[in-house]
Amino acid sequence: MKKVLYRHQISKLFAFTIVVYLLLSNSLFAQQEDAEPGVEADTEVAAETADAAAGDVAKGKQLFNQNCAACHALNRKMTGPALANVETRLAEEEGLDKEWLYTWIKNSAGMISSGDAYANKIYEEYNQAAMTAFPTLSNADIDDILAYTAAPPPAPVAATTTAAASEGTGDSSGITNEIILGALVLVFALLVMMLFLVNSTLQRIAEANGVVLEKEKAVKRTPIWKAFAQNQFLVLVSCIFLLLASAYFAYGWMMQVGIDQGYAPIQPIHYSHKIHAGDNKIECKYCHSSARVSKHSGIPSLNVCMNCHKSIYEYKGNPEGPSPEDLANGYTKAYFNHSQHVSVAGIECQTCHGPVEEMEIMYQYSSLTMGWCINCHRETNVKVEDNAYYAKIHDELSKKYGVENLTAAQMGGLECGKCHY
Amino acid sequence: MKGFIRIVMILAVIGLLSACADSNSPNYQYMPNMYEPVGYETYQQVDFLPSGTEAMTPPENTIHRGWLPYEYANDLEGKEMARMQQSPLDSLQMEANLAKGKELYVIYCGICHGNQGKGQGTLVKREKILGVPSYADAARNITVGSTYHTIYYGLNSMGSYAGQLDYEERWQVSEYVMQLKQDLTK
Repeated sequence: MKKVLYRHQISKLFAFTIVVYLLLSNSLFAQQEDAEPGVEADTEVAAETADAAAGDVAKGKQLFNQNCAACHALNRKMTGPALANVETRLAEEEGLDKEWLYTWIKNSAGMISSGDAYANKIYEEYNQAAMTAFPTLSNADIDDILAYTAAPPPAPVAATTTAAASEGTGDSSGITNEIILGALVLVFALLVMMLFLVNSTLQRIAEANGVVLEKEKAVKRTPIWKAFAQNQFLVLVSCIFLLLASAYFAYGWMMQVGIDQGYAPIQPIHYSHKIHAGDNKIECKYCHSSARVSKHSGIPSLNVCMNCHKSIYEYKGNPEGPSPEDLANGYTKAYFNHSQHVSVAGIECQTCHGPVEEMEIMYQYSSLTMGWCINCHRETNVKVEDNAYYAKIHDELSKKYGVENLTAAQMGGLECGKCHY
Repeated sequence: MKGFIRIVMILAVIGLLSACADSNSPNYQYMPNMYEPVGYETYQQVDFLPSGTEAMTPPENTIHRGWLPYEYANDLEGKEMARMQQSPLDSLQMEANLAKGKELYVIYCGICHGNQGKGQGTLVKREKILGVPSYADAARNITVGSTYHTIYYGLNSMGSYAGQLDYEERWQVSEYVMQLKQDLTK
């Protein structure tokens, strides 16, 4: 038999080319993605410079956002009328020139009282909501703002392109991840295949050289299960082990009965805590304001939602997708008072409710078992500073237990009647 | 081959069991006597009330405990009259009131008005809500009374916060807003 060095040369070459191709195709993707937004950015810049020639749109936008956007939007009525193309609209429909706008913006109340017809009409139309006077704006500033309102809306176009771009990158990152994983699996499979091939080759060589494999001798040995059954000590030990293991799992299973940790029901309102509390950093107690002062951390009423959503018309979520929300009909096994924990003890909401600001779908973070309550009562020191109510009892109990800091348990936080009544 | 089938069967059983764990429904309970309350829960569904739920709006022509009437109307005249109103809180407790006011301000107002009152809160920076004025705005010239009026009724795009803050808390926030204005105009 001749020794052959590169027996599976072709298959190896094939595998190598696949690996190289996959590794390089990844970076090719990345370059394409980089190139596209760059082109878009260029066109955007070009568009903006074109607009700037007509009027200072960028400065107008800034001024508009600072001064006007509280009450006016470009394309929908808010407290005041929509302002897109307001200058041409007024000129064509009402025959009012820029001077009228200057006076109106600088002193709308004066115009109304002077009896200007259109000023009074608009004042009545918008429920007599007086427009704040802006005497500080110069005519040039107002020109900029009007240029911004007259500009063809670049915002939605830019938004869609950037959204598309970001979506594209999001998808491609998913694809590259999959490609990398696929390549790894492929390489692994090739390695396993090669191992088998090498093994069979070696066996063939061994046979050719007349080496008798040990496997054939081993056939006469007693099968392993028979050997196991004959060894009574081993049987006893494994029986005990099996019993203990099953007891362990049975105990674990029984202890989770009635515990709703991880319960994440789909709610009728598509509300994301991640967007509100996480991305926009709205305080928990902004919406759940009753947690400060009452037993319950209530579900916010509609007017709390509308306080912001009067102005925010945005919804980027997927209405068909799963939705989070509240586990409001919560814990009834024991008395629990939110205000006592939130306001008096100053415990963060996240201590019990988990990282809500990261939850797209709200789920029950803690087990809410009695052991969980009591552990925290044993470990947490009572916040006694600036709390006259605790001053005397704190001193006396500290003396009694001989400690520096009192825990909730030492204050009587373990007494049955405190929570079960 | 037999061993292979057995392994597949065990995997299938494990798969079936784990499929039972559904995060959309609560876990099963054993002897739930102590789990369910005797009294009605806040948001419980009940069939004997017209709204079908335990949570209800207060009956008409009633006021809740601690509520005090506010004599100024929700219009421009009322706002101008409220401008002159002074805070009824004890001026000797000023420090404690301002501390409480700050705490509440950060929760309810800072998200738009910014924690310094410059009108640059997180929502403004993220361009969700725009045009929030600074407290130092000379054209508005806010006072403690007009601030209270605005918190009570809302103004333009700002909604009412009377539901989230009670009588005393509204005045505490108003006083804190005045302090922010003072710091800004300094």
